[in-house]
Amino acid sequence: MSETILIKNGRVIDPSRGVDGVQDVLVKDGAVAAMGKDLAATGAKIIEAKGLVVSPGFIDLHVHLREPGFEYKETIATGSMAAAAGGFTAVCCMANTKPVNDNASVTRFILEKAAAVNGARVYPIGAITKGLKGEELAEIGEMKKAGVVALSDDGRCVMDARVLRHAMDYAAMFGLTIVEHCEDEHLVKGGVMNEGETSARLGIKGMPAIAENVIARRDIDIAAYLKRPVHIAHISTRGAVESVRAAKAAGTAVTCEAAPHHFTITEKNLESFDANYKMNPPLRTEDDLAAVKEGLRDGTIDCIATDHAPHAKWEKELEIDHAPYGIVGLETALGLSMQLVRDGVFGLPRLVELLSTNPARIFGLPGGMLKEGAVADICIFDPEKKWTVDPAEFVSAGKNTPFAGWELSGKNCLTIVGGRIVYNPSNL
Amino acid sequence: MDTVEKKFRGRHLLKISDLTADEIMGLLNTAYKFKDVSEREIKKVPTLRGKTIVSLFYEASTRTRTSFEIAGKRLSADVINISTSSSSVTKGETFKDTVLNIAAMKPDAIVVRHPSPGAPAYAARIAGCSVINGGDGANAHPTQALLDLMTIHEKKGGVEDLKVAIVGDILHSRVARSNINALKMFGAEVTVCAPPTLLPHGVGALGVKVTHNIHEAVADKDVVMMLRIQTERMQQGLFPSLREYSEHFCLSAKVLKSARPDVLIMHPGPINRGVEIASDVADGPYSLILSQVTHGVAMRMAVLYLLCGGAES
Amino acid sequence: MTAAKTVLSAQEIGRTLARMAHEITEKNPDCSQIILVGIITRGVPLARRLADKIKTITGVDVPHGSLDITFYRDDIQSKGPDLNAGRTDINHDINGKTLILVDDVLFTGRSIRAAIDAVMDIGRPGRIQLAVLLDRGHRELPIRPDYIGKNIPTARGERVRVKLSETDGEDHASVVEGG
Repeated sequence: MSETILIKNGRVIDPSRGVDGVQDVLVKDGAVAAMGKDLAATGAKIIEAKGLVVSPGFIDLHVHLREPGFEYKETIATGSMAAAAGGFTAVCCMANTKPVNDNASVTRFILEKAAAVNGARVYPIGAITKGLKGEELAEIGEMKKAGVVALSDDGRCVMDARVLRHAMDYAAMFGLTIVEHCEDEHLVKGGVMNEGETSARLGIKGMPAIAENVIARRDIDIAAYLKRPVHIAHISTRGAVESVRAAKAAGTAVTCEAAPHHFTITEKNLESFDANYKMNPPLRTEDDLAAVKEGLRDGTIDCIATDHAPHAKWEKELEIDHAPYGIVGLETALGLSMQLVRDGVFGLPRLVELLSTNPARIFGLPGGMLKEGAVADICIFDPEKKWTVDPAEFVSAGKNTPFAGWELSGKNCLTIVGGRIVYNPSNL
Repeated sequence: MDTVEKKFRGRHLLKISDLTADEIMGLLNTAYKFKDVSEREIKKVPTLRGKTIVSLFYEASTRTRTSFEIAGKRLSADVINISTSSSSVTKGETFKDTVLNIAAMKPDAIVVRHPSPGAPAYAARIAGCSVINGGDGANAHPTQALLDLMTIHEKKGGVEDLKVAIVGDILHSRVARSNINALKMFGAEVTVCAPPTLLPHGVGALGVKVTHNIHEAVADKDVVMMLRIQTERMQQGLFPSLREYSEHFCLSAKVLKSARPDVLIMHPGPINRGVEIASDVADGPYSLILSQVTHGVAMRMAVLYLLCGGAES
Repeated sequence: MTAAKTVLSAQEIGRTLARMAHEITEKNPDCSQIILVGIITRGVPLARRLADKIKTITGVDVPHGSLDITFYRDDIQSKGPDLNAGRTDINHDINGKTLILVDDVLFTGRSIRAAIDAVMDIGRPGRIQLAVLLDRGHRELPIRPDYIGKNIPTARGERVRVKLSETDGEDHASVVEGG
């Protein structure tokens, strides 16, 4: 049940309106009822947020919730609760489930499951092509009607440029953005890590940066030609960042996201042969990492998305050639992103913009702002709180993270979705 | 089933850099002694009596598996071979489970050969006994590099300042990587020679000279190591045909003329006669190919002795 | 510093070896059947010196060699591997011969056990005899030397040090207290 909540004395940040200062926020009937100094409300639950940041809830444009089909890795319930724990009030789940979310019935299944969970909102992303095969368009119109918020074959690239071209055009009719996993499949075939000096030394099969660069460039060209939007998922290379920067300068409707691991750690970690460092796109070089940070700073990269990719423990214990790609990210995203604030790459308002305001805008989702009348999707986080990453404590069923044992600063304390408190472990 | 013996404090041999230069010299010394043992009528010492060594091979191998088996037996250890041509994924039991099951039988060492790089390193983390890398993907093959070092050392008396060429599929070769590391550790100058498609992108990180011309590679070299070329690489589009490969990269008597007069020819085997190495060169006076095999047993005896020969002092 | 007590001077070592050589020739009338095998490290020069002295006494060139027992030790498990093994070099057929093992100090007898096993893996001597410069007692195995340079009473914790000019630059044997 939605209740009346008064958040007192927090540092309220809403980048959409340039708000950043201490004030109170009153939540009532699932919406922000009032904002200002010294608010009072009889019967309201009072949350003392002194020293904490009150932010529009984070929105993750890129998660894998694994349901239907891979419930042993994660379910919509565990994923949605994990999201809430990480400060996310909404997540967009990719279509590479089993069956693939390439038709309205799978979309509805996901939404029904999500409705039963008292966690973050779950927005399904539909497949671009049937079965993610990259050949025939999925039933985009029906999926839109059922509730998908974007389209992606994520996990795979739409290798046939003609198919992608038609998808962009067709999706535009429904106001859906194409999210592209930019990777030339032929160039990365069988690859495990970034191709370069480390892979040369270790004898691990490489995935060259050009595989991402050439497809990013191709997609930008197609989007520019069609005058359609395209969103580039998990950007990880200097080349792709520079292409996006140039495209934005030229007025192309391209947006992109970066994952925390791509601005935190590099390919060097593969020297341990630990499959928790195996992801797609792979961890890149210091230079790529610097380019991603710069992109986040200067606005080339629009948002932070986790590419939350839970896997069972035993799967990540397979030989590195056989272990699946990806790591969980929902519960470490804030802590890792806060490091960029502490390093002076950007300030807290920009962080909130990257985690909330911009992702809401890119897919046209509710939230991403705090103002009277706005939906009460809010997270309250402690930017200074030191904590140690212990996967056993994750709400997510996926424990696959390379950050186990890391000491991070910055942790979500409380999450409100639609006016309801869904996460509040320390009982603020 | 997840608990493993964390208390294991012994050693592993996963890569050349697990050893110091002094230890490698010690291994060479020891291997020479074991070579003597192999030439006696009673080719056995009681050194590892009561020890159990399991070789776990996920790739076809005659030479390396047999070599480890003979080495273990000549040290009086019990040696058990487990060969599986299939990877864990198709076999139904994961690699981890296989290793844990073998570990539960309390061997003193496990020799792991696996097509996936890092598999022996993973086994080392969970096995609770010594793990020896018997070759993992394109990553490392430390005992091959050690026996090659011994072969060079025996003929040349040392390795420092020797000029060594490694010719062939460097990209996919663990033998090349381990040999480069070992040779450089002892001050040799290494040149690799291959078509650009069979060199890793980022080859500069290996700290070697690079050429695509076998004449250039072989010129003035003290040692020429040839690598096996696999037809699979042709199907991957890395070169057009064995004939064309051979035309450019086969070590023939003619090519060999530009090498030093006391050049040593090596090959980890199995050789493709007439493809990467001409038959008369493989059988010729400079060829140490069979000597490498002999040294393989002696060096693996030394390695097993180092790793299983009692607690660290 | 612990005090070192001299048990044999350089001169005494020479005299002792001469006496041992005589004893060997007395016990083995046919010196052509003898092979002297020194246990690495200090048994090797001792075997060579005994061979020289036997040659002086009998005119017979007695073959001598070296034996490494690293791979036959029974304390590998506790001491760990030793990568400095010496080279066993016995360039003669030992089958049927009288093989005389030579060592500097006889203590527990375990090295001699290892040496006997090592010899047996090389061939089948007619008999094995044992010559030691010093016998310090404390046997742990039923091993009795045939030729003893000198018996010295020692405490178990004491150390007996033999230096030879070939390996240590001087001839000298001493007992060191403690360890």
